Amino acid sequence: MGQAYRYQLGSKTYHFADLADLMAKATPARSGDRLAGVVAESAEQRVVAQLLLAEVPLKTFLNEMLVPYEDDEITRLIIDEHDAEAFAVIAHLTVGDFRNWLLSDNATTDVLKQISMGITPEMAAAVSKIMRNQDLILVAQKCRVVTAFRNTIGLPKRLSTRLQPNHPTDDVNGIAASMLDGLLYGSGDAVIGINPATDNVTQATRLMKLMDEVISLYEIPTQSCVLTHVTNTLECIENGAPVDLVFQSIGGTEKTNRSFGFNLAVLAEAQQAALSLNRGTVGQNVMYFETGQGSSLSANAHHGLDQQTCEARAYAVARKFSPLLVNTVVGFIGPEYLFDGKEIIRAGLEDHFCGKLLGLPMGCDVCYTNHAEADQNDMDNLLTLLGTAGCSFVMGIPGSDDIMLNYQTTSFHDALYARRVLGLGAAPEFETWLEKMQIMSNAGLAQLTNHLPPAFAGTLNSSAVRRYYG
Amino acid sequence: MVEDKDMLLMNDQADDGRVIYNPWRQLRQFTAARIGIGRAGVSTPTRESLEFQLAHAQARDAVHTELDVEGLQQDLLSLQKNFPSFNHNPPLLLQSQAVDRMSYLQRPDLGRKLDDASFASLKPYQVTSPYDLALVIADGLSATAIHHNAVPFISALLPILSEGIQNFSLAPISLVRQGRVAIGDDIGETLNARAVLILIGERPGLSSPDSLGLYLTWSPKRGLTDDKRNCISNVRQAGLSYPAAAHKCLYLLSEARRLQCSGVAIKDRSTAKIIDNSAVQTSFLLDNKVDRKGVDGK
Repeated sequence: MGQAYRYQLGSKTYHFADLADLMAKATPARSGDRLAGVVAESAEQRVVAQLLLAEVPLKTFLNEMLVPYEDDEITRLIIDEHDAEAFAVIAHLTVGDFRNWLLSDNATTDVLKQISMGITPEMAAAVSKIMRNQDLILVAQKCRVVTAFRNTIGLPKRLSTRLQPNHPTDDVNGIAASMLDGLLYGSGDAVIGINPATDNVTQATRLMKLMDEVISLYEIPTQSCVLTHVTNTLECIENGAPVDLVFQSIGGTEKTNRSFGFNLAVLAEAQQAALSLNRGTVGQNVMYFETGQGSSLSANAHHGLDQQTCEARAYAVARKFSPLLVNTVVGFIGPEYLFDGKEIIRAGLEDHFCGKLLGLPMGCDVCYTNHAEADQNDMDNLLTLLGTAGCSFVMGIPGSDDIMLNYQTTSFHDALYARRVLGLGAAPEFETWLEKMQIMSNAGLAQLTNHLPPAFAGTLNSSAVRRYYG
Repeated sequence: MVEDKDMLLMNDQADDGRVIYNPWRQLRQFTAARIGIGRAGVSTPTRESLEFQLAHAQARDAVHTELDVEGLQQDLLSLQKNFPSFNHNPPLLLQSQAVDRMSYLQRPDLGRKLDDASFASLKPYQVTSPYDLALVIADGLSATAIHHNAVPFISALLPILSEGIQNFSLAPISLVRQGRVAIGDDIGETLNARAVLILIGERPGLSSPDSLGLYLTWSPKRGLTDDKRNCISNVRQAGLSYPAAAHKCLYLLSEARRLQCSGVAIKDRSTAKIIDNSAVQTSFLLDNKVDRKGVDGK
């Protein structure tokens, strides 16, 4: 059983029941922790918890399980695959020392990479709770995670985009129209990824074929993904569908993932199936995961933990399967988990930091719903901060408006804004293609050409388009 | 108004401070997505930027608009005169345990439960021989959806129900402030209704601030989960029409009465769609007559 924590401040004594309680109370305020009943009761109590958490040795997280080892395969994954040798460099540190060390000049890009497998999700979550936004940005920016399939994601000074051409009825021409719009705005190097409105194997196969044919016809150095359940994708592979990436939403407890209908064995099977297709040209990272704070509480599977700690534990699942992309869908879940722009921005930076520190190709769906206290300005802020932090990729959607999922995420224009103000390029293979196709005259400067790229002029004169105008 | 601009082809001259239009905007024939919006530099042009702000403002207002219970009560009372099958009691005014919108947005659990005063006010209407159906109207995430669609939908539903089901008995209609879907369970159980149909404002989308959702639950009891419900979504003028939604309701209610349950056990075959995999539809994007050699400059 874990120890209780106690702190004397003046005449007042603060008690925390155990490490999980201390972690939760030390978490910057957010509505989901309030909903779960684990939030700090006062601002003072929160900082007292942070003071105590800073004193906790990192080693404690290897001895004291927040979710019991016997009950949870993710705890077992975290503990069984912990790299003690990598951990040796930081084994003597407390959480507070760890923050200082991460910020120090000793923690170079190479060193951070070397120790990555020695850091557990709980250590990453703990240190993030005592870091300011600028700390989260500075350290994440030092982490480098490079992955590849048909292009290379995560190189320095790059910001990739997922082209997300969703349509409320999965209409092939509706999807193709958004795809064309995105490609002509230089979007889609991370992945062309569709959330299907109708979620079954037949529909997924149909959409996979559409994207595969477009990628082949225009020789686009990118990959496609239908964001359907992992078991559907497995069936698609068995049926011979052109699967580039396997998608799954993942959470940080076994119970959460059970509610999502999968376990680690299913992910392993899917990864092997996708690898057997051997469709990557410059790399073989075949998994695409999505996460988001609040999913465990939403599934009533949070074991009394705060939502950010649960989220970090999901990254242990992700890194087991060497993904091409991991995306925290930060503002999608709604205001009962992240209430406003301030909470969404903080969570986005935490998730990106923890993911990168643990060695993941972390991207972010910079987004909000209409019942959250957030707007485009909040998204501009988060996008700019994440671009500065070295975020691997963001979403791209026509005019920020997802007409299928009914929420707002970053537009094709937003990504170009970020590339320009921060001097970031797309994946190098994709940049070459953009210039070859005359979509951009100078991809490094995000300079679009002012004429319709010739390779796409034909399509606007195609019979399907002309038929409409009769 | 923008159509003639749409058809303008871009020229190759340098951007001289004007908006660059996108000729592929014509592809909006295929989608409601905001494609081809053009650009000022690489940014969204003024008009499109403000159009987006307007849509977001309308969605925000829909979330925060208060349910006009007095207006609804009046409208429902005049409906009663036209439909003899209507319960003759005036609409009941109820409230969830979420005291205001801020608490509603952050505490979904409170929005699912009736407050004590509401329970007390329901008691006099409790019956021993159960009602066939209780209709509940709740603001949900869009009171605008209720204001636009609730009364017209009920006008379409009632004649269909009285025709479709013999000796149909309806409980008094309930109006709930700060309500979520599951609050219908409290109401249906207290009144003693065989089924409850809740009309609720859905989470507003940018292009659909007034979308009405309908949830049918057989044998409502506190603590039921969502897999016990059937949902009809997107009921509004620009979405699913009132008569179509009413027919779906009759279908679901008839099935629920036949099977004595609701939820996943009922398949909504009224919308069954079969995707023909052998004839994979092709897209205009693959119908490209361009000479590939020409593109590569060879």
